[in-house]
Amino acid sequence: MNRSFFPALPALVLLFFFFLFPVVRMLGFSLEGGSLDWYAKALGEGLYLRVFWNTFEIALLVTLFCLLLGYPLGFLMATTTPLWATVGFIFVLLPLWTSVLVRTYAWMVLLGRNGVFNRTLIDAGIITDPIPLLHNFTGVLIGMVHVLLPYMVLPVYGAVRRLDPAIVAAAEGLGASNWRIFWRIYLPLTLNGIFAGAVIVFVLSLGFFITPALLGGGRVIMIAVLIEQQVRETLNWPFAAALSAVLLVATFAVYALAQRFTRTEPAT
Amino acid sequence: MASGGVEGSAELRIDGAAKRFGEVAALDGVSLQVARGELLTILGPSGSGKTTLLKVVAGFEKPDAGSVKIDGVEITALPPARRDIGMVFQNYALFPHLTVERNVAFPLEMRNVTKAEIARRVAEALALVELAGYEQRLPRQLSGGQQQRVALARAIVFNPRLLLLDEPFGALDRKLRETMQLEVRRLQRRLGLTTIFITHDQEEALVLSDRIAVMNKGTIQQIATTTEIYERPANDFVADFVGESNIFHGTMSGTGVVTLEGGRQLRVSTSAVPGKRVGVLMRPERFASGGINAFAGEVVESVYLGTSFKLRLACEDGLELLVRQPARGELPAPGARATFGIDPDAIHVF
Amino acid sequence: MSRRLLVLACALIYLFLMLPLLVVFPISLSSAPYMQFPPPGFSWQWYERYLDDPQWIDATWRSLYIGVSTAILALALGVPLAFSLVRAKFLGRAFVERLALAPIIVPTIILSVAIYGIFAKLKLIGAWYGLVLAHTVLALPFVVLVMVAGLRDFDRALEQAAEGLGAGRWQTLRRITLPLLRPSLVSAGLLAFISSFDEVVVALFLAGANMTLPKKMFDNILMEIDPTIAAVSVIQILLVSVVLVLIGRFGRGLSGSAR
Repeated sequence: MNRSFFPALPALVLLFFFFLFPVVRMLGFSLEGGSLDWYAKALGEGLYLRVFWNTFEIALLVTLFCLLLGYPLGFLMATTTPLWATVGFIFVLLPLWTSVLVRTYAWMVLLGRNGVFNRTLIDAGIITDPIPLLHNFTGVLIGMVHVLLPYMVLPVYGAVRRLDPAIVAAAEGLGASNWRIFWRIYLPLTLNGIFAGAVIVFVLSLGFFITPALLGGGRVIMIAVLIEQQVRETLNWPFAAALSAVLLVATFAVYALAQRFTRTEPAT
Repeated sequence: MASGGVEGSAELRIDGAAKRFGEVAALDGVSLQVARGELLTILGPSGSGKTTLLKVVAGFEKPDAGSVKIDGVEITALPPARRDIGMVFQNYALFPHLTVERNVAFPLEMRNVTKAEIARRVAEALALVELAGYEQRLPRQLSGGQQQRVALARAIVFNPRLLLLDEPFGALDRKLRETMQLEVRRLQRRLGLTTIFITHDQEEALVLSDRIAVMNKGTIQQIATTTEIYERPANDFVADFVGESNIFHGTMSGTGVVTLEGGRQLRVSTSAVPGKRVGVLMRPERFASGGINAFAGEVVESVYLGTSFKLRLACEDGLELLVRQPARGELPAPGARATFGIDPDAIHVF
Repeated sequence: MSRRLLVLACALIYLFLMLPLLVVFPISLSSAPYMQFPPPGFSWQWYERYLDDPQWIDATWRSLYIGVSTAILALALGVPLAFSLVRAKFLGRAFVERLALAPIIVPTIILSVAIYGIFAKLKLIGAWYGLVLAHTVLALPFVVLVMVAGLRDFDRALEQAAEGLGAGRWQTLRRITLPLLRPSLVSAGLLAFISSFDEVVVALFLAGANMTLPKKMFDNILMEIDPTIAAVSVIQILLVSVVLVLIGRFGRGLSGSAR
């Protein structure tokens, strides 16, 4: 063992006492009495299975929308002039570092029954009754896509930037059209970036709490919200622990799968 | 400092230094000595171990075996900070956040020299490298040559016992490089600084050194004065690495006669006994038109180099010869026939 | 042609990204007694209400000093850790690296519940330093990521030069290494601060009656939509903008660290 291992020790002590140990201890509660009853309940009862399914579905949709919105943005930022790229960065980073609460609150203002959207549409005579956008699936989806979009934009931006401009120039020189260049050059060569972004967004979505808690209005229950309820309202620690274990396993599984995926992929 | 240089300067002795990195022997029993005030160049291709040797001397690398002594005192285990060795790094390693003045003052501050003394010596050192007036600049505001001067001033300001130069001219363009080489040499002589200079550039080595140590594969191939290295290399590697050369092998077939592997006989002046296997080195510029030891053949390639012609000659017996001739008259065209001879005294047998 | 289409699409996406931030400005200056858009008139009343409410001010101060303490602690632990990760070879190095980065992978809700369980036993609920410890766990990955990137780019010849010129290890660290790493240190510290200052989930469980700003906001949003939140939001956006400008000016690795 090297002497220069010692600088790591204080941080490791903190991580052990306030991260590793508490998490393992809590997960241990789920095996209360040496049985897997709590897991059976979490994965067996329709009510809770529905929550898992909800969570999965939302995470998947959020990832999809982030991809659809994030790729063009990252692509544009990576291929435009430095000045516009900087402006683009500010527009992406400012929301990223603004409190999730502020953003969630703003969406409530925008999407509510008397919110900006409905008001505008009613005043314009397009609709007569407000469309329900808040406290439902749609609201949660919009809020989460907004929060997680930057995590998709940045990896895509990085991947496009890393692309050798000579390759694109060569393709142009050979007479390929813009669309062809995109489909044949950019897209295949930036798959790694897309993939990295998608994994991050998906995994963060799985454990999301604030946005569904506030924009879901108690009607859209995701797993993190369920865990919170179990601990704070019903004080059912063993069940909360079992739910946490499932969420944790799912999270790690996605990561492990993603790592495997990227490793077998040929280096570009 | 200008006055204190000579007595501060020391003699270096390395005995049997060895260092392995896994399977590779970077240093394989290297011994050498550098006299007080001498400039010794360590010349070798990359991977020859010269950088490792430098690191061992500077203290950044601990040798597996052997010792390093300065003025007879062993420093092999001493940390770099306590060796009193000035060093100029490949890319100068100037501290980017400190001004020129603070960079040069750094080694003095580390030695707790008084403020007034620091100011005086920094000014002196900067004057010596002709950078007075640049005190408040940051390294990135200087040209490559100026950065190098700062690095040099920083390396000598504390009267080091030894100066190490690690490929310091690599980043400079040709013209500037030549100026800096002469300047470094002048400064080193003036201060009487014992100096080790590391390079892979044989021309640079010939220009700067008192003596050259040629390294390859972790060992010293030859250590000698510049003329000795050029005129009388010890083996194929040295002959080939330093300067342009025609190297052949053969056997001494009589007193003063070598029979080359192709059967051709050459008259040489050497005391090697008949029957001995020898190497023969003929420098391209030593050939004259005609004369003894004549090589007749066809010019296969000819290049005009300003001061000289460089010709490649294919002889009838299959030998290929590199010849340099003063550029006078017409450049012989490829296909032309020519005959060159070489004086026995100009042939080195090893 | 297709490029223009792309620019148009991106303009809409940027609008989507910025809209929530923009909408809180007019609302925070609204003269209406409740949420109404567009605001019928101009007034500073929501800012005044925020400034006059000791609960809000109290929460703000608490968040500030918890954030600052977290940044200091995360730097004190994370910087040496990053040095070890980049420069030392030891058994389990890969494991230590994963452990240090794990808090951003493990869902915050799990971490919160887990620490809540421990702190309830230790009677640390509501203690500001308890929150600092938990927030430091969350901030550590940011510090490690930024510092590891900074250290990887660091030219070690500069340290060798310093040592060769007579500086001991500590002097080299203090005079050369740390000053040169200052941009990374600034970024890491500010990111650690923001990560704590904005943190809701852990605070929800651990803050108890001692509200932090995000927890107070969360509770208020759950209970009533009152434009005071808009005023607080504007203040937050401005504060974060200032921090971002600071990072841009004095720090490095902004986009890299955001991942």
